[in-house]
Amino acid sequence: MATVRLEFTPEPAHVRTARLVGVAVARRAGVPDDQLDEVRLAIGEACARAVARHHRVGMRSAVSVAFTDGDRFVVQVWDHADDDAPIEDEEQITFDVSASLLQGIVKDLQVRPLESGPGSEVQMVWPVRRASRLGR
Amino acid sequence: MELSLATRVVAAHTVLEVGGEVDVYTAPKLRERIAELLDSGVTAVVVDLGRVEFMDSTGLGVLVGGLRKARTAGATFGVVCARDSLLKIFRITALDQVLPLFPSVDAATAG
Repeated sequence: MATVRLEFTPEPAHVRTARLVGVAVARRAGVPDDQLDEVRLAIGEACARAVARHHRVGMRSAVSVAFTDGDRFVVQVWDHADDDAPIEDEEQITFDVSASLLQGIVKDLQVRPLESGPGSEVQMVWPVRRASRLGR
Repeated sequence: MELSLATRVVAAHTVLEVGGEVDVYTAPKLRERIAELLDSGVTAVVVDLGRVEFMDSTGLGVLVGGLRKARTAGATFGVVCARDSLLKIFRITALDQVLPLFPSVDAATAG
């Protein structure tokens, strides 16, 4: 099992970087090619959610992402923002659409509060094809 | 790929051609451009997603916001999208029931 971890300040530009890295790890892990578009979208949604949550409370600390390549491909995204921040109209639309998208494209999805301190974790899991795993 | 935006006029509609990636980083530029068009008095806006390679929920939110702003301004608002991967996210989010989607610019600008 191998893990790639990213930490980035909550800037929208870095979400693209996370998508690119995540899809590269997913491909290497053996996620079927026809699911990579969904993996890319889901990673972007989860990271954008974390960035938006930090922005909403003016938090500049990093959000964290881990891509784990094992028997399954697991993506975890952590933020550290409180849930009580107000949300604006179009942002609320985006928030709702993002939640619908994640639920629609990720069969194994968990969103939960962090056990210690404010913040939340999004965990997404995809099956892998062992025969197609690269470099093994 | 960076976002690209260009406008042209087709059959009295202002067609905003969008290319590249519409995501949390680039979507504000699309929002600004749609607002500029409507603020300038354009009465028929068509957003052509024909060269869009990737769109996330921020981009979808901008389109819904554009539709609302257009309605407030008394303008029409349509979206051209024929790419399966994008149509899928419209369906998943049920925004295909909210946004006027067309398969081509010709269809969006007809009538």
